[in-house]
Amino acid sequence: MPFKSTVGDYQTVATLETFGFLPPMTQDEIYDQIAYIIAQGWSPLVEHVHPSRSMATYWSFWKLPFFGEKDLGVIVNELESCHRAYPDHHVRLVGYDAYTQSQGACFVVFEGR
Amino acid sequence: MSKKYDAGVKEYRDTYWTPDYVPLDTDLLACFKCTGQEGVPKEEVAAAVAAESSTGTWSTVWSELLTDLDFYKGRCYRIEDVPGDKESFYAFIAYPLDLFEEGSVTNVLTSLVGNVFGFKALRHLRLEDIRFPMAFIKTCPGPPNGICVERDRMNKYGRPLLGCTIKPKLGLSGKNYGRVVYECLRGGLDFTKDDENINSQPFQRWQNRFEFVAEAVQLAQEETGEKKGHYLNCTAATPEEMYERAEFAKELGQPIIMHDYITGGFTANTGLSKWCRKNGMLLHIHRAMHAVIDRHPKHGIHFRVLAKCLRLSGGDQLHTGTVVGKLEGDRQTTLGFIDQLRESFIPEDRTRGNFFDQDWGSMPGVFAVASGGIHVWHMPALVAIFGDDSVLQFGGGTHGHPWGSAAGAAANRVALEACVKARNAGREIEKEGRDILMEAAKHSPELAIALETWKEIKFEFDTVDKLDVG
Repeated sequence: MPFKSTVGDYQTVATLETFGFLPPMTQDEIYDQIAYIIAQGWSPLVEHVHPSRSMATYWSFWKLPFFGEKDLGVIVNELESCHRAYPDHHVRLVGYDAYTQSQGACFVVFEGR
Repeated sequence: MSKKYDAGVKEYRDTYWTPDYVPLDTDLLACFKCTGQEGVPKEEVAAAVAAESSTGTWSTVWSELLTDLDFYKGRCYRIEDVPGDKESFYAFIAYPLDLFEEGSVTNVLTSLVGNVFGFKALRHLRLEDIRFPMAFIKTCPGPPNGICVERDRMNKYGRPLLGCTIKPKLGLSGKNYGRVVYECLRGGLDFTKDDENINSQPFQRWQNRFEFVAEAVQLAQEETGEKKGHYLNCTAATPEEMYERAEFAKELGQPIIMHDYITGGFTANTGLSKWCRKNGMLLHIHRAMHAVIDRHPKHGIHFRVLAKCLRLSGGDQLHTGTVVGKLEGDRQTTLGFIDQLRESFIPEDRTRGNFFDQDWGSMPGVFAVASGGIHVWHMPALVAIFGDDSVLQFGGGTHGHPWGSAAGAAANRVALEACVKARNAGREIEKEGRDILMEAAKHSPELAIALETWKEIKFEFDTVDKLDVG
């Protein structure tokens, strides 16, 4: 009888930090995360970069952080506009926390090709 | 008018029990749990503790009159009952700032927990908490980098970090050890860790380990596109060797090193922490030997004091126990001291074991590290208890995966991210933990197998050291 292994092969995957191990989010799931960012009092901001530079500290801003924005729809529109303008770039959403001077949230919404 | 020298033995309480004293903002305050010998009045025991941990000695001595002892003495200003305990009581003692050398946690501990712990009039003595005054805090270096800087260096945002100790903890050659590091990091962990026992033994000398680990970190970083690190343990027999190892880690371009701050000692730790600040190196802190000191409910030093001392001495990550895993620690107490590591102001809260308001001013925060006997099923509780500013470390829970360490790492990463995503979406992750993990496992065979492997393991023993409640 041929040997049948129960051990699987784990293939290394290139990922983009937080939420990189989850499947792409649905529209509703993205809404939930934006709502979380706004509820924490953080400023949403959209950044993008060419995949060849994804490990760079600084990605390009899309416009400026959306200080004080409370409308989820506005943020979704900005994410989509950025994606349309740079279809081959990674686009990420950041929740900027001015109190800690850190990012309370940061994850890629659109992966560039 | 000058005092007269009157040789002999005075009762401690005549000098050191001062219930009318109002502590100054610059005083260092301490709360001791005292258990005296039978028949010794509380005030005398408390005053003795104040005396023996500051200026006093058992007999009156002439040379006391050469100084103004009232300016330097520690004072017991309050005594409180311990809820639910008739034989012990809390003594609150105020120490003038000038009793301590600036920036020296070593000096504070030598005074406060020195000879007094062997004092015969006491059966047991436990240092429960210290309120460090801002005037002292500002003289201490604190964490070399802090939470904000560490996140920026490692590019990790919006979630706890994920780590793992390399196992078996002893006996691997440098090359085999590096292999395990590589497997974990390529599988999705942010950090791997030298076990605390790993220093530079015959089976694996430190230089050899550092070189192979550096290669593993570099490779994993290139292949995954994410920032990675391994805590290179620099704890050594002498400070000179410790610095030599730290320098080599820096030469290899590594982001983080590690130190055991209790066995290594506070002086060594503070020195290494200053080196880290100067050299742009993160510092992970292990706490071997802490349970010898902090586990007995009536004797020793509570871990919240050791945690505060570490924040002052310096470290970017500190082990705090897991609440849910194989090692001791109840939830409220743990929350109390992880606040002391991370927040800038923590109010007095006896339900969390914090006896004083503690203001940390601008001192950076320390990541809380949860490590020891935890696996994927614990993930929802860990995320809920520890929050984002923590490092969750799964040793057996990574390497024990039937497919190996890389798959184990991936399972933990998927579970972690699923919990964070669910929490952000407003779900109650502790209550719905099972559903969240099962949903996530649908797109991750690694997680599905991990959930199956560890479904029966529980560590449900009562804690030995509990908060004092009536």
